[in-house]
Amino acid sequence: MSTAVLDREVVRATKPAPRRIPMSRIVGVELRKSFDTRSGFWLLASIGIVSVIATGAVILFAPDSEITYETFATAFGFPMAVILPMIAILSVTSEWSQRTGLTSFTLVPHRGRVITGKAIVALIVGVTSMLAAAAIGAVGNLLGSAILGVDAVWNVSVVEFSYIILANILGMAVGFMLGVLIRNSPGAIVGYFVYSLLLPTITTVLAETQQWFADKQPWVDFNYAQGALFDGDVSGEQWAQLGVTGLFWLVIPLTIGVWSVLRSEVK
Amino acid sequence: MIKVESLSKSYGGFKAVDDVSFAARPGRVTGFLGPNGAGKSTTMRIMVGLTPAGSGVATIDGRRYADLPNPGLEVGVLLDASAQHAGRTGREILTIAAQTMGLPKGRVDEMLERVSLTPTEAGRRVRNYSLGMRQRLGIATALLGDPGVLILDEPANGLDPAGIRWMRDLLRGYADQGGTVLLSSHLLHEIEVIADDLVVIGQGRIVAQGTKAELLAAAGTLVRTRDVPALSQALVTAGLHFSEITDALRVDADPDVVGQVALTAGVALTELRAADGAGLEEMFLELTAETQREGAAA
Repeated sequence: MSTAVLDREVVRATKPAPRRIPMSRIVGVELRKSFDTRSGFWLLASIGIVSVIATGAVILFAPDSEITYETFATAFGFPMAVILPMIAILSVTSEWSQRTGLTSFTLVPHRGRVITGKAIVALIVGVTSMLAAAAIGAVGNLLGSAILGVDAVWNVSVVEFSYIILANILGMAVGFMLGVLIRNSPGAIVGYFVYSLLLPTITTVLAETQQWFADKQPWVDFNYAQGALFDGDVSGEQWAQLGVTGLFWLVIPLTIGVWSVLRSEVK
Repeated sequence: MIKVESLSKSYGGFKAVDDVSFAARPGRVTGFLGPNGAGKSTTMRIMVGLTPAGSGVATIDGRRYADLPNPGLEVGVLLDASAQHAGRTGREILTIAAQTMGLPKGRVDEMLERVSLTPTEAGRRVRNYSLGMRQRLGIATALLGDPGVLILDEPANGLDPAGIRWMRDLLRGYADQGGTVLLSSHLLHEIEVIADDLVVIGQGRIVAQGTKAELLAAAGTLVRTRDVPALSQALVTAGLHFSEITDALRVDADPDVVGQVALTAGVALTELRAADGAGLEEMFLELTAETQREGAAA
């Protein structure tokens, strides 16, 4: 009896020393977690669905002269700019709102690695979604011009489209930042709409009525600075404006958010 | 082996955990006992790094939890069975955990079987689980990596009597194979039947710890009489410490000493015996009374 107990203890002791969980595995797990609930699945599926609807709507309703790739890109671009940040927000906040963090952060006791994994997944999902939407739009453009019997117009260059992808990734980064800062799903979603819809309205009104603000707006308004990315041509000064405003409106709050995630209590 | 040394944690001025030290040893089930809000869960969260400690350290086999390369393979943790995404199925929750630890997929089915969740139940979303099923799933998650140490917070909550029995047998077998088990409870009787060692906590402080046998042996004598004032007077005169419990006195002395005192004082007794855990129960009731408010009525 006692020898049997000893034997088993020896078995425990000789279990090979575990190796550190690799980052690739954390990314794989986080990717799976963004698909495996109904809400997560439909949120991602909605990217495809919305792109198809937007493309179909352009073919049906846009005037013939407007059947160009730019029209399609604008049509799927708007819903994308709303859905992608939501995905980024929920990937972070669900750990707190659904309290799964209790398991996630005990299985991987370095929260920074889990958060990094989520950021990488958001980036993968963002770029993949934009490319998929672009492909759906391209099919729509071919289909639309074939129906009209005209040559397809490809008036969005690769550079222009990569700026649009960058703008969407920045939108996701803003969602991610609000997620780590607020750590509550409804709160962060409301925060995102204040940030991306209410704030620009206020700054626009301010710029129209106050000349001093209009002069400084490109250097203080992150949303405004991102506008250049959609125009397809970004000057050196505009990159600098993007960098300066991004530092204050994204990088600094993101740093504070991550810092508080690392220190906070998970209940 | 879990070792906790001078752990403290304050929230504002409130000391949730106050200089707590104890050890949970391999091959034994250690019961962490205390009323609700005594600091059990906070202590356990500190152990696994979910709550930063104010001061002190907790180590598992000599290492801090955060330094474990793949903690799921060394420590099984169940802190709150309800802390799961309601939209995931039981099987999916285990699959995610197995993937994180780098375990083969077959391990998930083994664990589902071990905690008696049927394939149909495992395919349901956790939203539709009873608390008992969530506890089983939580225990499956904790056992998944075949760890040498288990940390379970109130694992018997929500289990039916058969479930509690099942869990008791499971943890007993686990400890007999050399595993270290730390489980918390606010129910003395629940923990009495399973634990080898006890750590009793109240208002953030350790109030008693030792093997169950030691704590029960230290309980003294239980004595009953119709003339309580006369016996009390005699015990005071004899210099013995005692306390009044519901309808009897508990004396810090052996039964023969107490019998002699009663005889000398000419007090008739209705019962005289070794207190068998009455001391522990009394201590626990005192702790509970201070936090539960119904105490005054008793």
